[in-house]
Amino acid sequence: MSKVGKSEVRVDAFDKATGRTKYYEDRIPPGALYVRIKHAEKAHAVVRSIDTSAAAAIPGVVKVLTCFDVPDIPFPTAGHPWSLDPGHQDVADRHLLNRHVRYWGDDIAVVIAENEIAAKQGVRALTVEYDELPFVLDVQEAMKDGAPQLHEGFPNNILKHTDMRKGDYAAAILEPGLIKVEGWYETPTVQHCHIENHGCYAYEEGGRVVVVSSTQIPHIIRRVVGQALGRPWADIEVVKPYIGGGFGNKQDALYEPLCAWCSTQVGGRCVRIDCSREETFVSNRVRHAIRFHIVSWLKRDGTIAARKVECFSNQGAYASHGHSIVAKAMGSFPQHYPCENMECDSWTVFTNRPAAGAMRGYGMPQASFADESNIEDCAAALGMDPYEFRKKNVMPQGFHDAFSGNTNYYDSFRECMEKGAAYIDYERKMAEYAKDTGPIRRGVGMATFWYNTAVYPISLETSSNRMLLNLDGTVTFQCGETEIGQGADTAYAQMVAEAVGLRSYRDVRVKSCQDTDITPTGLGAYASRQTYVAGFSIRQTADILREKILTSAAERTGHPLGDLDIVDGCIVRRSDDSPVMTLSELAMTAQYDPVHSEHITAESTFTIRSNAYSFGCTFAEVEVDIPMCKVKLVDIVNVHDCGKLINPALARAQVHGGMSMAIGYGLSEQLLFDEKTGRPLNNNLLDYKLSTFMDHPHLEAQFIENPEPTSPFGTKALGEPPACSGAPAIRNAIFHATGVAIDRNPINPHVLFEEFTKAGLIRDSWREED
Amino acid sequence: MFDIKAIYEAQSVGDAVRLRLEHPEAQIIAGGSDVLVQVREGKRAGRELISIYGLDELRGVSLDGEENLRIGSLTSFSHITRDPLVQKYCGVLGEAVDQVGSPQIRNIGTIGGNTCNGVTSADSASTLHAWEAIVELTGKNGVRRVPIHDFYIKAGTVDIRGEEGELQTAILIPRASYENTFGHYIKYGMRNAMEIATLGCSVNVRLSPDKRRIERCRIAYGVAGPVPMRAPSAEAAASGAEPSLALAEDFSRAVLRDIHPRDSWRAAKDFREHIAVEMAKRALIESVRKAGGDMA
Amino acid sequence: MSAQYKLVRCNINGRDVEKMVDVRASLTDMLRNEYHLTSTKKGCEVGECGACTVLIDGETFNSCIYLAIWAEGKHIVTLEGLMGPDGQLSDIQQAFMDEAAIQCGFCTPGFLLTAAEILDMDRLFSDDELRKLLSGHLCRCTGYENIFRAVKKTMYRRQGLDPEL
Repeated sequence: MSKVGKSEVRVDAFDKATGRTKYYEDRIPPGALYVRIKHAEKAHAVVRSIDTSAAAAIPGVVKVLTCFDVPDIPFPTAGHPWSLDPGHQDVADRHLLNRHVRYWGDDIAVVIAENEIAAKQGVRALTVEYDELPFVLDVQEAMKDGAPQLHEGFPNNILKHTDMRKGDYAAAILEPGLIKVEGWYETPTVQHCHIENHGCYAYEEGGRVVVVSSTQIPHIIRRVVGQALGRPWADIEVVKPYIGGGFGNKQDALYEPLCAWCSTQVGGRCVRIDCSREETFVSNRVRHAIRFHIVSWLKRDGTIAARKVECFSNQGAYASHGHSIVAKAMGSFPQHYPCENMECDSWTVFTNRPAAGAMRGYGMPQASFADESNIEDCAAALGMDPYEFRKKNVMPQGFHDAFSGNTNYYDSFRECMEKGAAYIDYERKMAEYAKDTGPIRRGVGMATFWYNTAVYPISLETSSNRMLLNLDGTVTFQCGETEIGQGADTAYAQMVAEAVGLRSYRDVRVKSCQDTDITPTGLGAYASRQTYVAGFSIRQTADILREKILTSAAERTGHPLGDLDIVDGCIVRRSDDSPVMTLSELAMTAQYDPVHSEHITAESTFTIRSNAYSFGCTFAEVEVDIPMCKVKLVDIVNVHDCGKLINPALARAQVHGGMSMAIGYGLSEQLLFDEKTGRPLNNNLLDYKLSTFMDHPHLEAQFIENPEPTSPFGTKALGEPPACSGAPAIRNAIFHATGVAIDRNPINPHVLFEEFTKAGLIRDSWREED
Repeated sequence: MFDIKAIYEAQSVGDAVRLRLEHPEAQIIAGGSDVLVQVREGKRAGRELISIYGLDELRGVSLDGEENLRIGSLTSFSHITRDPLVQKYCGVLGEAVDQVGSPQIRNIGTIGGNTCNGVTSADSASTLHAWEAIVELTGKNGVRRVPIHDFYIKAGTVDIRGEEGELQTAILIPRASYENTFGHYIKYGMRNAMEIATLGCSVNVRLSPDKRRIERCRIAYGVAGPVPMRAPSAEAAASGAEPSLALAEDFSRAVLRDIHPRDSWRAAKDFREHIAVEMAKRALIESVRKAGGDMA
Repeated sequence: MSAQYKLVRCNINGRDVEKMVDVRASLTDMLRNEYHLTSTKKGCEVGECGACTVLIDGETFNSCIYLAIWAEGKHIVTLEGLMGPDGQLSDIQQAFMDEAAIQCGFCTPGFLLTAAEILDMDRLFSDDELRKLLSGHLCRCTGYENIFRAVKKTMYRRQGLDPEL
């Protein structure tokens, strides 16, 4: 394999380095009308009335539409593949605008205007009367009898409960001499914070609706817009240009349905919805805050006798991706540290918070924080080295999961941990830093994770693509698995060049812009699936294209088909590798043949019925300034086994980004809500503490490349895995630095102050005197 | 696009005073990094603005006839930090404003804007208090000088007389304040850049010629109350004392008699008090070190 | 109110230009809408993300909170202006490509302009200094790691030093 496994420059790098890349907002036709949304300023209420007269009178305002004007068609928003089984379809609990306000920021009206200012003034001029309802923000409070109800048909606000049983937990814990390690672990609401906010524009053309959107999932958006408008899905055309990051937020129908509908309400004129940063934080999607309760029962020999795991997932106001996320989180436990007796339960619960959806890791950053905190505490309770404890208990080589069909083919966990431990100098530093007793102390910590690749067997897993041989011998490539910044287009180019036999990945023209009228149907960018699933259909379509090329060449040259091959963009005779003709010569000859003209193209769909374990770990080193309640991250390394790397430089780059997100998750990021009103408090980039350039040390990314047997290119998930194990590794490093085990993230100065005070590391005498 | 009713661009200080008197409802805009954000939020939407950003006469740092350090109100933070006179006489001010927001914000943000908006978290404010700066205002009746402590009336309100067409034209650090004086500023934030202070602490000392005695110690905080404030009990504890770690403890504990931070979602009162004490201690130790003394 | 317009004359990317501009416009609005310089990105519109950064008289500014009318008489550089007259890339653009410092690309234009300002200072900065100089931009894709490498390597090259860090 010569075209893959190389650190090539991204196919879109030049345009992005010169500012030419067009994102949705750069393509909006002049004259588009501005749609601004009126967001409810109540956490839970029913809209009694909206006085639109003042807004409608503002010069430039074209139309005001409210929750009393929208069609009564509930629709789902999750970016999941459609299921023909109604029992497996997403919950349809959304309307375009809502009379029943379920969170502070819910959409209740829009003002459509000729300019931005008139639209904003119009929104400010709306007078809303509400009937207020009691609200609930906490997941377990929402489950109680008598809690405020958000949706009909979901008693105690429980969207779904699932469980998992293995062995006999109740009997197992009766064994004498077991050590019990119990904890409650709390993860926060965080947001994706892609630098480009979501936005879209829509217009009618030929009686159909066109939506151009900053989305990860154009083909799914087509379906959801059709559903929301009550129109045939084929009536909708969705175009996805370059997008400025997604991380799962744009794996959901955000404002595309509303934008499309607004266009239909103004005669098909082009309308635009541009989310502000404040709206992005609150009225798009967030990551689920999940609270875990874990009880581990340990044997003296350092093995785990039994484990109980309860997961309470805060869904917020609408179902979005719903229970899928916590189900994935719960499902990680029995495979991460397998033991004979397990009892797992998970609940997804509506609360009056912003709707939670997909975010990089899809439940695993939460599960990893809880699991790896508890595991660290287990090792401490046994007096064992946490590294040794993990080696003893983590998923062993040969482990097979019957449901996904996944097998741990190699000894990946051990290999990853060894590499990470060597980089950070784990054993020496554990011993040396244990001697620190002053106000400033150092510590190292580790955490591991596993991750599924793609969504089989939970959902449909399919990929289609098209390859067209151009007259110059290059190949144009289209697929529905989108480039969202992660580098998918470059990986595709390398795989196509390899599979077809082109000279270079530069000879593949990847059409980065998806248009559902043109692009082969695909599911989009999510689940760390693109490189893995596209690999199957690329290999298959390339085989078809090669056969067409070689058949055409055989017919035109008289060489036996079986003696022809394509090597480095040239058709060669296999017997002696001598060149027969270049691909360009063939394409020209075939295209302009006066009798039998042929444009050579291939297209195919591959339905994937496999999955693959991706593995990795993080080692972190911290310096804790106890009196100042500050943690300085000194060093951090992630080691991943994601199979063979298609592009090592881009793989490293993607790991850096995930590590950065994990650092924020561990130390600083949290979306806060006012307990008294439910109002979001810090929905902007000043008050929401995304890591800056000055909050990171060097980020070290390393790999173990065990080829994945199920993949034509030996590859598997990498997009989301880097976001999984960073936060608990930092937590565990703080634990070893200070002896304080902190079971909630982010571990920011507020938390450190409370925890250090509780632990007696901080003694403010004046407070004790009080 | 900003929802602005009208903009008047002042061509000179005199012109700005005239515009202030003509348009009493109008808001002055200097660099705009606060005002434009508020317009966008809707807080100041639909208002008239008087832009003084073009008044280059209000930019730059100099020594006046009495050798006071004079900083034009429109001098940007980055220019203050880079200015040789600031570095020579009041380096801590340059260091403090070098921690405002981000490099881009430090290029647009002005010391005049930072003080006129009257917020307690302004990175310049605690140092200006600790160095007993004088605010220069120019109005229809000429120039008025106000000690910075009196300039801050309450949160978000400063002593600028709109009815007299006043605008802030300079900030002065008196010679008596900066002579032989060395200071240190600590900004406490939740991250290391792009941050609003959870607490800001600025300390400065003047040591005796033999470095064995603290002749004068001043300390001021941002976010320890609704407006920036001095901590006189702590100052009294240190002024005239011999530098020592025990003194640092007493000094830092004494600040609790002066400050009154509040509970908010940004930080709890207990936490702010705790770090206020720790910051006072560290800032004093560092100030003494910069002045050539030794705490040990 | 009736719209208020003002003639704004300035130099953008080496060309003297002038246009009647709505006084309510930000510099971002003017560059994007009047001059179609769409490399200037909007990520927060309040000066927190740095995506709209441009050079004004050689210093970096968040153009989202800079009034267009203030551009009068100024020299403004957007990312479109970093490329040479014959389409050649500047060293820092090439370094961003080579070091895989670009992912979604949305923060890239702003970062490149700040990097250009830093490099034009013609000094060898320490790692900490570089991080501070670059701290006015948020990025969610790269963890800043490769951006740091690209800027540092280019700084070394310009100083005639071995760029291998």
